[in-house]
Amino acid sequence: MHKIVSTIFLAENIKKIEIEAPRIAKKRKAGQFIMIRVGQTGERVPLTIADSDPEKGTITIIVQGMGKSTRELNSKEAGDTVSDIVGPLGTPSHIEKFGTAVSIGGGVGTAIAYPTAVALKEAGNYVITINGARSKELVILENEMKAVSDEAYITTDDGSYGFHGFVTQKLQELIDSGKKIDYVLAIGPIPMMRAIAEVTRPYHIKTMVSLNPIMVDGTGMCGGCRVTVDNQIKFACVDGPEFDAHQVDFKNLTDRNKLYLPEEKQSAEAFSHQCNLQ
Amino acid sequence: MPTQHTLTTKERFAIPRQEMPAQRADERNKNFKEVNLGYTAELAQKEALRCIQCKDPACIKGCPVNIKIDQFIKLISDGNFLGAARKIKEDNVLPAICGRVCPQEDQCEKTCILTKKHRSVAIGNLERFAADYERETGNVELPTVKASTGKTIAVIGSGPAGLSCANDLIQLGHSVTVFEALHELGGVLVYGIPEFRLPKDIVKSEIDGLKKLGVNFIPNAVAGRSVTVDELLKEEGFDAVFIGVGAGLPWFLGIPGENLLGVYSANEFLTRVNLMKSYQFPDNDTPVFNCKGKNVAVFGGGNTAMDAVRTAKRLGAEHASIVYRRSEAEMPARLEEVHHAKEEGIEFLMLMNPLEFIGNDQQWLTGAKCLRMELGEPDESGRRRPVPIKDSEFILPIDMAVISIGNGSNPLIKQTTPDIEVSKRDTIVVDINTMATSKEDVYAGGDIVTGGATVILAMGAGRTAAKAIHEKLMGTVIQ
Ligand SMILES: Cc1cc2nc3c(=O)[nH]c(=O)nc-3n(C[C@H](O)[C@H](O)[C@H](O)COP(=O)(O)OP(=O)(O)OC[C@H]3O[C@@H](n4cnc5c(N)ncnc54)[C@H](O)[C@@H]3O)c2cc1C
Ligand SMILES: Cc1cc2nc3c(=O)[nH]c(=O)nc-3n(C[C@H](O)[C@H](O)[C@H](O)COP(=O)(O)OP(=O)(O)OC[C@H]3O[C@@H](n4cnc5c(N)ncnc54)[C@H](O)[C@@H]3O)c2cc1C
Ligand code: SF4
Ligand code: SF4
Ligand code: FES
Repeated sequence: MHKIVSTIFLAENIKKIEIEAPRIAKKRKAGQFIMIRVGQTGERVPLTIADSDPEKGTITIIVQGMGKSTRELNSKEAGDTVSDIVGPLGTPSHIEKFGTAVSIGGGVGTAIAYPTAVALKEAGNYVITINGARSKELVILENEMKAVSDEAYITTDDGSYGFHGFVTQKLQELIDSGKKIDYVLAIGPIPMMRAIAEVTRPYHIKTMVSLNPIMVDGTGMCGGCRVTVDNQIKFACVDGPEFDAHQVDFKNLTDRNKLYLPEEKQSAEAFSHQCNLQ
Repeated sequence: MPTQHTLTTKERFAIPRQEMPAQRADERNKNFKEVNLGYTAELAQKEALRCIQCKDPACIKGCPVNIKIDQFIKLISDGNFLGAARKIKEDNVLPAICGRVCPQEDQCEKTCILTKKHRSVAIGNLERFAADYERETGNVELPTVKASTGKTIAVIGSGPAGLSCANDLIQLGHSVTVFEALHELGGVLVYGIPEFRLPKDIVKSEIDGLKKLGVNFIPNAVAGRSVTVDELLKEEGFDAVFIGVGAGLPWFLGIPGENLLGVYSANEFLTRVNLMKSYQFPDNDTPVFNCKGKNVAVFGGGNTAMDAVRTAKRLGAEHASIVYRRSEAEMPARLEEVHHAKEEGIEFLMLMNPLEFIGNDQQWLTGAKCLRMELGEPDESGRRRPVPIKDSEFILPIDMAVISIGNGSNPLIKQTTPDIEVSKRDTIVVDINTMATSKEDVYAGGDIVTGGATVILAMGAGRTAAKAIHEKLMGTVIQ
């Protein structure tokens, strides 16, 4: 059992949750994640560790309500508990002094990219962050990102805030301006990561993406999270979740994530119904 | 009822082997309740009378942990069922489990003297009976724990190897902490072997027993990630570490189309169904492929393959088939499972090798391109090697494929503890007399050492390691 210490909505449907997990708080590195099981009949859901406080023994996760499990988690308040948390899982982000590093986040991907942006800054990089959202209300972690960036940009699809357009356009603008970019990390919806890969490919800029396949154990035991990278099968939970964007088979990932659409819908509807009854 | 003393050998031979009562095949293939119902006391005593009480019992040599089989069977025939259970427990801490899942026909029952002329004594069934009797009548006695030695040992993994190691060490007076990666304890016994073959309550009650003895279990702790072996020894102050992490890295076939929707590893399919209870979806949140009315093929011929195919049938598959590249005689699965599978309507497609998986434009699996095989010369394993028949390609229409061709070793420990020597196959190298690894104070046993093997071998390894750890830490020798 793990106790929730504090919660706050960062945007509609996106909640920041601080939970007790002392062992993980001590060990975790940027780019690693946990598997969480909200209750005794719950799924094991992967979530990136956004931050931690080793002294307090807590970790922070930022959760977007998608289906049943994430919405149930987001309905929790300080003082509530979750059944199980295991971690830190996954291979930590590869951090070195690349020179100029661009961290790109789309939607809740901003939260996943944040700890790595912090680590890149600490390693002495010139850090540029580009964070995209559909509209102003959905922008998250703006101040946090500013604090770790040498240059920070926000983009919105509808132009209600910051740069009007997609993160890819902003990245292209930076490249066109003649800036020498040594490293790009892009985390967000699959179409976004795929588009970023195409932007940087002609320039041979080293580009990493954090993949979000469906997981079960998160320890390399089931192979459910397998992704195709450089025509080889990789298990995202142990070999990743970060991979070379120019080698990833994004189509296969998109297809595989549709595996349980009818079941996810059924669970979500049952959960909404239950909420309405309460 | 006749007793051991009143029967002549001839009369014993005249008693047929007592069949295990079971759920009806056409009922059980729709539910997840245990298939075998267990002997009644009467059946058990009758079966026990078939044992001729050899002077030099060959059966014992066939049992990897050398249970005193003649003695416990005699106790059963005398009606002393609790005595029988305790006799077994002198050598095997998990008899209710081994009685159910040991490949007896390759072990104790293979060497039983009766096998030559008659059918062997049903040793496994009797072992199960005694253990169930003790548990169900609430007569399980906690063993005595020796005075504290002040030594602490970390056990990594809560499968049969880890559990048996923890059991012996705690009884010797050491303090034992078990670290388990998953949220449930028991290893393959809970995430792999299905409820219909090994009810989870039995595993739970064995683990509860260990908890009562004082073993400390920490679930959700992945060695190599949450804590490393070096940290356990240096920072957390453990005097020794036993690694029993199993063979948990599923192999794939490496053929085109393996990432199509509907292609699973057996580990994933069984984990979803057993550990995450997706057969109770949506009451449990984890979904699994909807098998209802579908064609499911499981590729492989071992126990895991049998468990997967029978699970698919229970989830409503119209056709659930085993596809195996050799013939039935070479299948490594327990005979009883093959027999049960057939009764349940599982189809056996032998001498067939998949070449490619084929999907539709939505990337859902629609079929497997297969090649027919015939048996050629024996290979290194002594089994006849399957060779392809020319131009025999055909497409097997299937909606779901489960790959069950074995497991390799999970890389986490190796990556984070490079000073533990591993083999080419990434299994941990040990001295088989002590289970000591190349790293000081670190021992290993079970599937991580042997590759996928059996429950009883893993338990035996855990015990060997416990003895060696005790002797090393205490500087004494256990007889
Ligand atoms: C390494 C990793 C890190 C992640 N970090 C974060 C994070 O920090 N914040 C955040 O909000 N989300 C994160 N995600 C995504 C998050 O795990 C999914 O949104 C969540 O599992 C959806 O579950 P659900 O029941 O709410 O929705 P569902 O209705 O079950 O599914 C919604 C969508 O989520 C995906 N999904 C479903 N089940 C899983 C699963 N077990 N594993 C992975 N994806 C799944 C599916 O593609 C599906 O389309 C991460 C995913 C991965 C793999
Ligand atoms: C589906 C299936 C059916 C089988 N049927 C039979 C049968 O009928 N009869 C038979 O005799 N044998 C059978 N076997 C084989 C038998 O189950 C194994 O040989 C046996 O379980 C091995 O025991 P173990 O303790 O070595 O490993 P496991 O049972 O695999 O247990 C290892 C444990 O370690 C945990 N772990 C792994 N990595 C870490 C880590 N880094 N940190 C912490 N914990 C970790 C795992 O989660 C697991 O709980 C079957 C196997 C399978 C998969
Ligand atoms: S433990 Fe297994 S091999 Fe040994 S007697 Fe029991 S069933 Fe037979
Ligand atoms: S070998 Fe067979 S008959 Fe002889 S003691 Fe063992 S079980 Fe009994
Ligand atoms: S989630 Fe099971 S192997 Fe990655």
